This record gives sequence, structure tokens and C-alpha cells, in this order.
Amino acid sequence: MSPLALDIAHMFAGGLVLVSFMMLYQNRLLPLINVLSLHSLLLALSVAWQAHVQDNPDLYLTAMIALGFKSLVIPMALRRMVVRMGLHRQIEVAVGAGLTMLLGIGLVALSMDLMLRVTAGANALVREDVALALSVVLLGLLMMVTRRNAISQVIGFMSIENGLILAGTGARGMPLVVEISVAFSVLIAFIVIGVFLFRIRERFDTVDVQALDRFRGERR
Amino acid sequence: MGMRSELAAQFTQMLLVLALAPALTGATRKVKARLQRRIGPPVLQPYRDLRRLCGKDVVLAENSSWLFRAAPYLIFAATWAAAALVPTFQTGLPFSWAGDLIAIVALLGAARFIQAVAALDTGTSFGGIGASRELMIASLAEPAMIMVVFTVALVAGSTQLSTIATFMLDKGGLRVSLAMALVALIIVALAENARIPFDNPSTHLEVTMVHEAMLLEYSGRHLAMLELAASLKLLLYISIIACIFFPFGLITGGTGLQAHAISLAAYLLKVIAASVLLATLETVIAKMRVFRVPNLLGIALMLGLLGTLLLFVSGGM
Repeated sequence: MSPLALDIAHMFAGGLVLVSFMMLYQNRLLPLINVLSLHSLLLALSVAWQAHVQDNPDLYLTAMIALGFKSLVIPMALRRMVVRMGLHRQIEVAVGAGLTMLLGIGLVALSMDLMLRVTAGANALVREDVALALSVVLLGLLMMVTRRNAISQVIGFMSIENGLILAGTGARGMPLVVEISVAFSVLIAFIVIGVFLFRIRERFDTVDVQALDRFRGERR
Repeated sequence: MGMRSELAAQFTQMLLVLALAPALTGATRKVKARLQRRIGPPVLQPYRDLRRLCGKDVVLAENSSWLFRAAPYLIFAATWAAAALVPTFQTGLPFSWAGDLIAIVALLGAARFIQAVAALDTGTSFGGIGASRELMIASLAEPAMIMVVFTVALVAGSTQLSTIATFMLDKGGLRVSLAMALVALIIVALAENARIPFDNPSTHLEVTMVHEAMLLEYSGRHLAMLELAASLKLLLYISIIACIFFPFGLITGGTGLQAHAISLAAYLLKVIAASVLLATLETVIAKMRVFRVPNLLGIALMLGLLGTLLLFVSGGM
């Protein structure tokens, strides 16, 4: 593989990590959804580039799914949901952008240290894909942990899924069936979460998940 | 002979940045004014200002010490020495072996320290608030700058600007770490030069100003020195960005009149492009509240860190 092709793949994957950080930083809901859309778009570009480099037409389908579902349909649905719930002006009190960013950097360092040891024998594209994908997954988890709003948590979940797909594209020979079923399970999860969101809101008049803690009697 | 021509190149370069710096400030002001549908002062106005200031008497505060009078010259000298280390149109300068990027950061840090101390010297409240804000911004911008230096040094294998420029010219590819370093360096450059998201260079007597508040007590030739040093610092940062990330047209070894003309034209083109971009940026965005500045500089620091981290997974290493 030519160095330029590798550099471009690296550029897209690194950009994905960067957009994950943008997600951690953004605390307004509608811009956050836009960032999710950008995240999925970058994933689609990255996967399409790797399809081109690896000469693997299956991956083009993965890229199309990422572009269609995750970059267009789901953000649009989320946006409608946010507007319908009247949350679009709400600013979420995140844990504190500085601390979250530092934690995020720590997670990226951790995942790189781990993956570079584990995948010592693999080729360069796989190594960097897996290392960066693990960072994206961990950053998505961090996002779910630090946010209190259920919608932000859904967005964190979607970004985790993007990270998994990135990991899958580097590993040659992930069957298309797995890919499609993952995509659909995410879609179904999204619908279920959407239904739950409305139920939570009906019941508690808020999507702040702290209300659930209080209801379960975990806080005083 | 080789030594002499190298020294000649060095001194030409030092004089060039000195002569060009006020024009850069003037051009930026002019473009900004045109973008805001004003006519604006002519591009050469900063030169006239400097000449006029040099001819005026210096008014000193009664309780100011020798430091207050020495500071403008020290600041100017440190900034000019730092500018001498940056290759503008030719690499391999004789002075550049005496100091690398870290030395440039240190020289600029020393200039800032002297400026803050001199601002505190007269004991006015404006000087104090300017100094405290400037140092808050500087203490956040400097780590980010050092992270950028590390990223670039890891890529090029050196902190010498000449070596880095030669490396980038030969085998600089598309690297995500360098893109992050570029964005971080631009944020740092805006902060260090007191440009718009951090400070407004064209305000006076406002509670929001940072850099100008420190110069309030200065007049006459002292003020001329400080203004020239500020323009020089802006040109210095533009030259650093140009020589690390856009080293097209730099002469690395060869000589000849044509090569020099091309590289000089390329450098002027880069500076003009930078001034237009800077003016556009300053027109489209608003100044930030002082307490939000740490967020933006935090992003620069984070980009630098991330750039360094990502280097370790890129294929080459």
C-alpha cells in the first residue's frame, strides 16, 4: 500500500477521534446532533476510502449504510425528537469540559498504548484502525458516563457504534451479514430508545436521568 | 566566502522582517476596514505613525523606575532576535544554529515577562489588569505552543526550524497530526498576538483590553519601539507557520538571482495571504469573554496533545 493511501486513511480515522472530542466538548443538543452527523459522515468517508484501498466492494455498502442511516436519518429523527420535546434551547450541565477533555486524552493514550502492544504483528492500516477505533469507543463511553441528558447518552451510544464499525473495516473479512445485522440492531435500538425517551418524559416530565435515580430511591 | 554570503543572507532577512512588519499591520487594518465597508487608513500608515512617535518627547510617570525606560528596548531586542531565527525565504541561516523553536518560545516569553513587569512598574490599575490578563493567557498558550513544537519535532526529528522546513519540503505528506498542530498553532498565534477572539487590537480605554492596557503609560519613542515589536511578533508567527506548514519556495541550498526572486515573491505572497485571512477571521468572529479564553486555549493544548499521541500510531513510527 502506498504511503499516501495510508496517510489519507490515517487522516480520516484521526479526524474521527477529533470529532469525538468535539462531541465531548459540545453541550448544546442541536449542535451535538450535527456533530454526530459529521462523525458518521467521516466514518462513511473513511470506510469508503478503505474499500477503495483494500479493493473490497462490500465495504462500499457499509459506507452507504453509515452515510444514509447514521449521518442522515438518525440525526434527522433525533432533531425532530429534540424539537418536539422542546429541548432545543436547553444547555446541558456537563461534568466540566476541561476535566472531560483531560479524561478523554488519557483514554486515547491508554487505548493506543494497549493496541500497539497487542497488534504488534499486524499491518499498519489494521493497527492504526484498531487503536483509533478503541479510542472512539472509549470516548463514546466517556460521553455516556459524563452526560445526564438521555439524548446525549443516545448520541454517545451511536458514536460507540461508529467506533466498532471502524474497527471492523480494518479487520479484513468481516462478513457483510454481521455488518448489516449490526446496522439494523442499532436502528432498532434507536427506535426502542426513542420510545423509552418519550415514556420517561411522560412519567417524569424530564429526560434528565437523575430523575430516575431519585425514583429508584438511590438518592436520598 | 560561503560564510560571508550566509551572513549577508541573515542580515538581509533580519532587515526584511523589520521593514515588512509595519506594512503587515497596515495591510491587515486596511483589509479589515474594507471588509467592514470603511475606507481605512493607507497601508503605509504604521510607518508614518512610527516616524511621528520617534520625533515626539517621552512623557514618563513620576514614580516609574529605570525598568520602565529600558523595557521597550529589551522587548524589541528579544522579539527581533527571535525573528532572526525564523527562516523567511532561505533556510540554513547562520544564526539559526544558535537557537531552535524552543529558544524562540523562550525569547518571546522573556519579552512578555519584561512587558508585564514594566506594566506593573507605574502602579496604574490598567497596567495591572493588562499584565494579569496577559499572563493568564500566556500561561495557557505556552504549554499549547510547546506541545505543537513537540509534535512537529517528532515528525521532522529536529527542533531546528531550518531542518524542519527542509524536511517538510522534501517528505512532508498528509498527516493528521500536522493538521492538528497547524490549528493549535493558529490559535496560539492569535492568543500571543492579542488578536480578536482573545483581545481587540484596535481598542483603547476599554475594560476588555489586554495588550493595549499594558502600553497605556508609554509615549514617544518607547511606544514606537513597542508597536514595532508587536508588528514584528505578528510577522514572526506568520513566518513560523509559513515555514513549518507551507514551505513552498524556500531556498534550501542553491543560490542565484532567479531563485532568490522566486522565494522572496513566495514569501511576500504567503504574508499577504495570511494578512487577508487574519482580517477576514477578525471580521467574522467576535471577541470572547476573558473567562472563556481558557476554553479555547484548552482546545489548542488538547489538539497538540492529540497530535503527539496520534503520531505513535501513524505508519512510519
